[in-house]
Amino acid sequence: MSALFAGASWSDVADWVGELWLGFIISLRVTFFSLLFGLPFGLALALGVQAKLKAVRWASLAIVEVGRGAPALVLLQFIYFGLPSIKLPITSFMSAVVALGWCTGAYTSEIIRGGLEAVPLGQREAANALNLSPIDALRYVLVPQALLVATPALLGFSILIFQGTSLCFTIALQEIISRAYDIGNTTFLYFPALAIAGLFYAACCIPASLVVSYVEQRVGRHSLR
Amino acid sequence: MGMLLQLLRGLPWTLALMATAFAVGSVLGLPLMMARVSRLLPLRLAATVLFAIVRSIPPLVWLFIIFFGIGFGLINMSAFTACLIAFGMIAAINMAEIYRGGLIAIHFGQFEAAHALNLSGWHVFRDVVAPQMFRVALPSSATYAIGLFKDSAIASTIGIPELTYQANYLSQTTFQGLKVFGLVGLIYIAVSLPVAWMSRLLDAKIRAKVAR
Repeated sequence: MSALFAGASWSDVADWVGELWLGFIISLRVTFFSLLFGLPFGLALALGVQAKLKAVRWASLAIVEVGRGAPALVLLQFIYFGLPSIKLPITSFMSAVVALGWCTGAYTSEIIRGGLEAVPLGQREAANALNLSPIDALRYVLVPQALLVATPALLGFSILIFQGTSLCFTIALQEIISRAYDIGNTTFLYFPALAIAGLFYAACCIPASLVVSYVEQRVGRHSLR
Repeated sequence: MGMLLQLLRGLPWTLALMATAFAVGSVLGLPLMMARVSRLLPLRLAATVLFAIVRSIPPLVWLFIIFFGIGFGLINMSAFTACLIAFGMIAAINMAEIYRGGLIAIHFGQFEAAHALNLSGWHVFRDVVAPQMFRVALPSSATYAIGLFKDSAIASTIGIPELTYQANYLSQTTFQGLKVFGLVGLIYIAVSLPVAWMSRLLDAKIRAKVAR
């Protein structure tokens, strides 16, 4: 039992890693489902804010502005503490997915809208000249090109959402940070426990951001052509 | 109405958190940016690694590492000090990146002209680089300040009585979570909208003064 750092020994760390790993999986699952629902939602909102129907446009705009304007932490607690207060019971995992999915939709709608604007006007005109219906023009011409341009920013945002899962600590979800905090509470070894949890994040996010900058270069090269 | 007043008690704390972190960030960001673009490889490498580590760990985790990890037993500190250190550090790294963006935006002809005029390094920085760099960095800094304003909600987790903390307290005492958190969300939006609007106005004016 050699002391490792700040009072923790190797065997402590070995005990914790299994526990933290379980929390890490939950963080990953929240990220996965938030993106699974949030990204298509973002595309829908990006099209919604440009819709011809006023009601759709205003509703989309409200969802986007609230999702971007309010802190993610407030969205989480709004869902988790708010829905039960109007007799809609919701688990902490579900609230995490709903709140972070909302956040994803709001932010990515702006990213995708930027991508749509980056598609040259000639593409729209060409689609029109080919007599594609508006839906087909979006489906086959505009959206694929917009998504390609938006990919690096969307990947970058995905990393932020993964980091955002740490906020789920506040809604009693047993993700990695709550587990690290609980370990600290029982052993008083807060520093090593939290530092290891931090390393989990760093080990994921540093390689991921390298991938993002690689993709950014590739996409940049593509759009030059 | 009483609910709104109770919530607004947290606003000064939220603003204080944002302002202190932004002040620390804008000052420390400058030397950090210089290290990041330094010609000395070890310095540049150290800065790059530091930036990667700070940015890859979520703010909440930094706050906990500092408040519970370091504050518990090692160095005693108040919750506000912990916030100041955590948010100040994160803000410094992000402001350094914003400054770097401003630096990159300066046309290389500006450096050539400064060189041709035989300006010393300090003069190049003070009279040519800095005025243009800060102008380009201004809108991103304003956006970042709004980001910090929202991120300060995390301080509620260690008991700073700011907006989100007040909302938590109210929702636990009144059981009206939807109303309380809806209201606090609107307060965040109401405060950040004018800042965003001003930065857009300022941006248009200031960009005209940067050489292309």
